[in-house]
Amino acid sequence: MPYGTVYDMISVSGLGKRFGDAPALHSLDLDIPQGQVHGLLGPNGAGKTTLVRVLTTLLRPDTGQARVAGFDVVRQAADVRRHIGLVGQHAAVDELLTGRQNLDMFARLSHLAPRLAAARAGDLLTRFGLDGTAGKAVKDYSGGMRRRLDLAAGLILSPPVLFLDEPTTGLDPRSRDQVWSAIRDLAGQGATVLLTTQYLEEADRLADRVSIIDAGRLVAAGTPAELKATIGGDRIEVVTASADDLPAVAALLGPYAHVEPDARRVSAPAPDRVAALTRAVRGLQEAAIAAEDIGVRRPTLDEVFLRLTEAAR
Amino acid sequence: MRWAIADGWTITRRDLTHWANQPAQILAGLLFPVLIVLMFGYLFGGGMTVPGGGGYREFLMPGMFALTMVFGIETTFAAVSADAARGVTDRFRSLPMASSAVVTGRAAADLLNSALGLAVLVGVGLAVGWRAEAGPGRAALAIGLLLLLRFALLWLGIWLGLVVGSPDALVAVQILVWPVGFLSSALVSPATMPGWLGAIAEWNPLSATAAAARELFGNPGWGGDSWAAQHAITLAVAWPALIVAVFFPLSIRAFRRLGG
Repeated sequence: MPYGTVYDMISVSGLGKRFGDAPALHSLDLDIPQGQVHGLLGPNGAGKTTLVRVLTTLLRPDTGQARVAGFDVVRQAADVRRHIGLVGQHAAVDELLTGRQNLDMFARLSHLAPRLAAARAGDLLTRFGLDGTAGKAVKDYSGGMRRRLDLAAGLILSPPVLFLDEPTTGLDPRSRDQVWSAIRDLAGQGATVLLTTQYLEEADRLADRVSIIDAGRLVAAGTPAELKATIGGDRIEVVTASADDLPAVAALLGPYAHVEPDARRVSAPAPDRVAALTRAVRGLQEAAIAAEDIGVRRPTLDEVFLRLTEAAR
Repeated sequence: MRWAIADGWTITRRDLTHWANQPAQILAGLLFPVLIVLMFGYLFGGGMTVPGGGGYREFLMPGMFALTMVFGIETTFAAVSADAARGVTDRFRSLPMASSAVVTGRAAADLLNSALGLAVLVGVGLAVGWRAEAGPGRAALAIGLLLLLRFALLWLGIWLGLVVGSPDALVAVQILVWPVGFLSSALVSPATMPGWLGAIAEWNPLSATAAAARELFGNPGWGGDSWAAQHAITLAVAWPALIVAVFFPLSIRAFRRLGG
């Protein structure tokens, strides 16, 4: 591979996995190039964790193939393990060891020489702001500290591919921001990241590309902006002061206007954005209709997500 | 192979560090059998007679040694199931370490724990008047048979921990272990039980090891004339061998099955 060429660090084709009768993954295809932060979205039970477990060699697939960092996850599992870091849903750290003892143990088990293992543990503790509590048992850590330690444990070998399975679930906003900034740092250093999440905001903020899976199938993929565009472009929204004005406003916004009486809101497609807004403001003034709010906005990733996962049911 | 040993030692060292970090917990674990010795030796012991003659505390101590080995299942189960439930086992499996070390490291740590527990109990025994009457060679053999039982039950504990995978089931395991522990010749003579119950107690693997230890320590036994009573040492080797033959492969299979 010539220097500078971008190639796929994660490559999945026709991947299938069943648990008893229930298919958890259904002939899934996915390619993630080096350096990309890829968001994997899906409702609970969609197969996100199953995919991560297959890619981190914890689970054998029934059908199809998967390669991570160029190695087959079944036949070259040991090679895969040397190139990945895993941060799972639980903070998988030893409660009875201190933060430093945890990192030192995982570093030794990653086959760093003892002195190197200790140095690496020290570096990571500093990097994740855990210096002050490095000597305390993990059972006395807060949820955020535990998560950061868990993330540090996943980074011991500076892995080129990192799997983060719902890394901020259950965290308070401050801890979540700390984890986010750590993920951004890693991506900045060229790591390939597969991030599963139920929080669309998280995918929107961190991911270069997003795949949405539901019931073990890929239902959509693209950049966050592309996905938003798939369910229609920008919309103009008017919230009226009085419900009586709703029909008049709907007439003003054209034939595709959509009325939500409870929210006293009328919305309509607005591909020409500013022009549509100007027309609406002028129309409201001429008809002397009082509006509480008016604006043009993009659909959120939430809407894309709900639309796509509902359509599949 | 080099890594299998180095990684196994890292996992064992992890447990030793637990002891250092939580001295109160390890102390409580060591003192519990001591409490039972004092309870049975002095509280109930007055009402106990040993059929073959001899002091009850002399009879009790080898039984307590064996009982402590059986209680070790709980330690193993608790550690294995907690690691599985918390995702620690998965983290180990995602590392480039020798995967056998997860199991061998656990086995070594638990054997060390039990050896320490045994040493404490021997000290207590000596303090309450128990003696190894048949010389150091046979005493060492008795200790070996006790640790052999512990080694065999390790695999039962590991298998249960992997299959159940939830530390909440510890109470269920305790409910399972206690009757097995008491339905034996560890604390009382099977000769004092109803016939059918006594027969079960006689054939209990725990009874075999307890009876073999009494024989090798030169302590009073319960003097039964059944085949099991007459061949205690043979059984104290055969039972653990059978348990290992069943639960070692089952444990390895359960560990592999984590990978679906």
